[in-house]
Amino acid sequence: MEIHKMRITQGCFSFLPDLTDDQIRAQVQYCLDKGWAVSFEFTDDPHPRNIYWEMWGLPMFDLRDAAGVMKELAECRRVYGDRYIRLCGFDASHDWESVRISFLVNRPKEEPGFRLDRSESVGRNLRYTTHAYVADRPEGQRYG
Amino acid sequence: MNAPAVTVRGAERYRSGVMEYKRMGYWEPDYTPKDTDVIAMFRITPQDGVDPTEAAAAVAGESSTATWTVVWTDRLTAAEKYRAKCYRVDPVPNASGQYFAYIAYDLDLFEPGSIANLTASIIGNVFGFKPLKALRLEDMRLPVAYVKTFQGPATGIVVERERLDKFGRPLLGATVKPKLGLSGRNYGRVVYEALKGGLDFTKDDENINSQPFMHWRERFLYCMEAVNKAQAATGEMKGTYLNVTAATMEDMYERAEFARELGSCIVMIDLVIGYTAIQSMSKWARRNDMILHLHRAGHSTYTRQKSHGVSFRVIAKWMRLAGVDHIHAGTVVGKLEGDPNTTRGYYDICREDFNPMNLEHGVFFDQNWASLNKLMPVASGGIHAGQMHQLLDLLGEDVVLQFGGGTIGHPMGIQAGATANRVALEAMILARNEGRDYVHEGPEILAKAAQTCTPLKQALDIWKNVAFNYESTDAPDFVPSLSVSA
Repeated sequence: MEIHKMRITQGCFSFLPDLTDDQIRAQVQYCLDKGWAVSFEFTDDPHPRNIYWEMWGLPMFDLRDAAGVMKELAECRRVYGDRYIRLCGFDASHDWESVRISFLVNRPKEEPGFRLDRSESVGRNLRYTTHAYVADRPEGQRYG
Repeated sequence: MNAPAVTVRGAERYRSGVMEYKRMGYWEPDYTPKDTDVIAMFRITPQDGVDPTEAAAAVAGESSTATWTVVWTDRLTAAEKYRAKCYRVDPVPNASGQYFAYIAYDLDLFEPGSIANLTASIIGNVFGFKPLKALRLEDMRLPVAYVKTFQGPATGIVVERERLDKFGRPLLGATVKPKLGLSGRNYGRVVYEALKGGLDFTKDDENINSQPFMHWRERFLYCMEAVNKAQAATGEMKGTYLNVTAATMEDMYERAEFARELGSCIVMIDLVIGYTAIQSMSKWARRNDMILHLHRAGHSTYTRQKSHGVSFRVIAKWMRLAGVDHIHAGTVVGKLEGDPNTTRGYYDICREDFNPMNLEHGVFFDQNWASLNKLMPVASGGIHAGQMHQLLDLLGEDVVLQFGGGTIGHPMGIQAGATANRVALEAMILARNEGRDYVHEGPEILAKAAQTCTPLKQALDIWKNVAFNYESTDAPDFVPSLSVSA
C-alpha cells in the first residue's frame, strides 16, 4: 500500500497532477474570454482559513493577453517559488463581484501539512485547532 | 377563450343570495395586473359541466375575499381592491378539460415577509373546492415590492463560496449511508473517510434526527471530530450538514446552537418542518453565520402529479424567499423525478437574479429577484462519476453534486469513492475551460483521467451501465415549435 503523502487540496484542480504551463495558459485564456481579471497571490501560511494571501501586484484588470499573465507568473515564481501561489479569476459583474475560479499554480517542494490540536473542554466537547507545522517559523523562512 | 366580463355592480351586486363568482367581480378579462400585484397561475380541471371561466373565477374568489354567498359586510371595505381578479383563462395544450387560469392579487392581501400568510391564501381552502376535480398551482409572479419584504437566503451562493474558499467548480457531497442504524461513532467514520477522500460536504439524511441507535449529540460530536480531522489532513475547508430537524422549535434551536458551539459551518432542516419553522431557522442562520441546507422531504406528495398540487418551481420560489441556502432540485439523470427542461427552470429560479418567461422550461412569468441572495441547488439521488460530463452540462457550476451510493459503494472504500468523484469533476472542469466539447468527449476525458487515478477507473467500471431512464410525470406543456425556412 502506498504511503499517503500530504498534499494540500485547496483550489479547483488540486486532485489532478500539477498543471503544466500550457494547461495554466489555457485556463488564463478562459478567464480572459469571460472578462475576468486574473491575479496571483502567494503565501507560506496555508491554513484553510487564511483568506488574505499576499498579492502579487494588483489584479490585472486591463491585461487581455494570456502570454503577459504567464510572464507575471514566471516572475512571481522566480521570487516566491518556495511558497504556494494561486491564480484567481475575479468577476466584477453585478450579482457576483467575487472570485470565479481559483487554483494553485505553485507548491513548496515539501508539504508537511497540519497537526490537529484537541483541547478537552466541558463534558465530551473538544476544541479543535488546525496548526500548520511550518507556522512556528517566521514568515519567509517556512519552506526550504 | 376569454369570455367578456359579466360583473354586476351597484346595489344589485350586494343583494342577498348566491351569485356566480364571475358575476361577483372575480372574472375581469380587461384587468391589467399592476407591477405590485402577486400573480398566480393555476391549472384547473373543472367538474363536468362547470364553465371554465366560472371555475377560474371561483378559484380567484375562494383564494381571496369570497364566501359561498353574498355578504353585505363587503360594503364596509374597499372590496374591489381586495378581490383577486382572474384575467385570463387558456386551454392547456394537449390536455382536454384542463385550463390555465391567471389570477392577480393586490399586495395588501398579504402580510409582508410571511410565507405562511401567502400560502394560507393561495393554497388554502381553494384546493378542496368541490366544483373542481383538480387544481394545481403552476407558477407565481412575486412583485419586487413583496420580494423585498423577505430576508432571502441566509448566506447565498457567493458568500458560501467565499467562506468555503471554493470557486470554479461544483461542490461535492455525499449522504451518509445506510441512512438509519449507524451508531454515532460509526457514522463519523463515514464522514471522515468521505471528506478526506476529496468531498467538500457530507450530509445527514432527512430522517436522521435523534433515534434510539444514535442520539443527536452523539452524531454532532463524532461528525465534528471527523470534519476537523479531515480539514487538517487536506488543508481544505470541510463541512457536514447536521440535521437539526426536531419536534419543536425549542429542540431545533438547541441542536443548532450545539452545532454552532462545535464549529460547524452548516446545519440542515427538512421541508416537513413547515414554512414558519423554515423562516425562523433562516433568521437563526443569518444571525449565526451558518449555511442552511434544506432537504425537500415530502415535496413529491404534492409536486409530482401534473393535475393536482403545487409545482416544485413554486416551492423553489417560496424557499428562496423563506431563506434557505441549499435546496434539492433534481439531477435529471439520477433515480428521482426530473424532466431536463423543467429541472432547468427550477435551477434558474434558484440561481438567477432575473428569470425571463420561458414556457419550454415551465416558467410562466418574468421574475425579478431584486438582488435577493441566490440559493445553491443540490443534485442528489442515483448519480455517479461516469455521468460527470452530463451533470456539468445539465446543472452547471453552482450546484452541490451529491454522490451517496456513488461514494460509499466504491469497491475500494469510501475515500477511494470520494477521490474518484473529485478527480472526475476536476478533469471535466479543466477540459470545459480549455474549450473542449466535453459533453461528447466526456467518456474519453474520464478514461484519460482514470489512467492516473485507479479509484476513478474502478468507479467507471462498476457503474458504467447504470442509468435511470423512465418517462417523466412532470414535463412542460409547451414544446419549442420547429419552423422550416426555405
